Amino acid sequence: MAEVPLLELAHARSGDKGDTANVGLMVYDERDYPIILKMVTPDRVKEHFKGLVQGPVERFRLDNLHAVNFLLHGALDGGGTVSLMTDAQGKVFSTALLRMRIEVPDEVAERVRGRGRHPGAGTGDSR
Amino acid sequence: MTRTVPRRTARSAANAPGPRSGARRGKVRVASGQGFWGDDLEAPVRQVNGGDIDYLMLDYLAEVTMSIMQKQRSRDPRAGYARDFVPLMERIFPACVERGIRVVTNAGGVNPAECARAVAGAGRRAGAGGGARIGVVTGDDLMDRLDELLASGHPLANMETGRPLAEIRDRVRSANVYLGARPIVAALDAGATVVVTGRSTDTALTYGPLAWEFGWPRDGWDLLASGVVAGHINECGAQASGGNCSAEWWSIPDLAGVGFPIIEAGPDGSFVVTKHPGSGGAVSLRTVKEQILYEMGDPSSYITPDVVADFTTIRLSEEGGDRVGVHGIRGRPPTPSLKVSVAHSAGYKAVGTLVYAWPDAAAKARAAARILRERLDRLGLAFEKVLVELVGWDATHGHLAGDPPPDLPEVQLRVGVRGPDRAAVERFTREVAPLVLTGPPSVTGFAGGRPRVQEIVAYWPALIDRRAVEPRVAVDMVEV
Repeated sequence: MAEVPLLELAHARSGDKGDTANVGLMVYDERDYPIILKMVTPDRVKEHFKGLVQGPVERFRLDNLHAVNFLLHGALDGGGTVSLMTDAQGKVFSTALLRMRIEVPDEVAERVRGRGRHPGAGTGDSR
Repeated sequence: MTRTVPRRTARSAANAPGPRSGARRGKVRVASGQGFWGDDLEAPVRQVNGGDIDYLMLDYLAEVTMSIMQKQRSRDPRAGYARDFVPLMERIFPACVERGIRVVTNAGGVNPAECARAVAGAGRRAGAGGGARIGVVTGDDLMDRLDELLASGHPLANMETGRPLAEIRDRVRSANVYLGARPIVAALDAGATVVVTGRSTDTALTYGPLAWEFGWPRDGWDLLASGVVAGHINECGAQASGGNCSAEWWSIPDLAGVGFPIIEAGPDGSFVVTKHPGSGGAVSLRTVKEQILYEMGDPSSYITPDVVADFTTIRLSEEGGDRVGVHGIRGRPPTPSLKVSVAHSAGYKAVGTLVYAWPDAAAKARAAARILRERLDRLGLAFEKVLVELVGWDATHGHLAGDPPPDLPEVQLRVGVRGPDRAAVERFTREVAPLVLTGPPSVTGFAGGRPRVQEIVAYWPALIDRRAVEPRVAVDMVEV
């Protein structure tokens, strides 16, 4: 087994609904969808965002799109116009989730290596 | 303005089945032209001139937009709508009339009638009179009805907290109910070539035209649900066609000339997402999926005034050439309630920034924030919240970014405060600049002057029995 950032398996988009941020997570390769289902659980996501998300984390499956949708409740300091945060509308919670590190079989790690980063981006920190 | 659709008919506009009995054509193309108020002004022009379309939909409204417009109207009874829409129509009106392109928009804000009047003037100036009629949808604005509604047993309780609206009644700035496709269908049926609404759902601007064109019945749940998905894909403009795409963004071509999405739908509800040939951006499984998941709640229950759509039934197929097929969508009957968006005054906030340079940029910024907080304490100023962010390090990912390296070249200190006392927030705005001469060194970036105190207009989502709203929904016609 090897540890890789979620960034190498999936892409994501996030948005807001009041004080809740949503993160839609989609795999690049549908073969990796079961890994996402198994490893990226609501509990693990809640732990990942500890201190940043005050409320519960919900996960919804969209097997038809090989995607999952997370609702991060209490993530936006009141949300929208109330929030003092730079990211008051939760636009970049998506990439914060893609920092999560997950365990995958070696051959998967080999197949996905380097994905998600600009080819000219160098080797900077990808936590 | 002539009220060519009387109240009685307007009521049926809200309640009756779709008036058309069959499809007018085999395919209908609805182009997205604006994803929000402030979006690319050239996009709708490119949509009209770049190829064949039947409808242009323009979404201008966000929750907070309505309260801004309400404030504008209170100062000027002829204001309160998306003014950008008028010069846009002046540019595209002749082409729309000549080629039979209908325009459907929620640009009307809190004053759809004045918006329509202004657009009619733009049409005449552009020489587009004659073949054009503007349909105006009203009945979404509950501001003048609030006390009547509260008194007659509609608590308009906050959907998240359960608290009744009465608690904040005196601070309400706007209140609008989300209307669906039926008034849009009624306007088209009355011969409108431009439909101007107030607070319509964003999705209805796309599926209203489809429901009318194809004569979808009121209980055609799967058809309407397909239209809702089409509307959700269209409503944020280029976010479905390569903009803001996190999947290998560097490989998406020509975003400078990005083509906004076009829904090419058939009578059975299946549709293709595409864009004009030769335009920039991309329409692929990845770009379409990202938009489908945008601002998603429970995907099996996407609630609209007309239908509850199940996004877990969507089937996508990559057809190549910037075409993605969408089919298989299931829907079920809507709820007895409609959603109300109330905006209310909720205190004040201000945000100040300074930039600290190497060496030890982050340590200096943090020290400055400590000094600032201590001064605010000594002044006896209390805030509901003080937030310190280091832009360039932790503003977007918080502690997930780890500790800043000592060689961080620079960082922006960003401090925000929020509270009910305007004077306290005002005093905060005078405490930021002094740090330049009284705090840690190598600081700059304060040339913008003192931070601005902003009144917070907060969002209060509520539900209302649709029977209290639908009889008041009306469609009027304005001749160009």
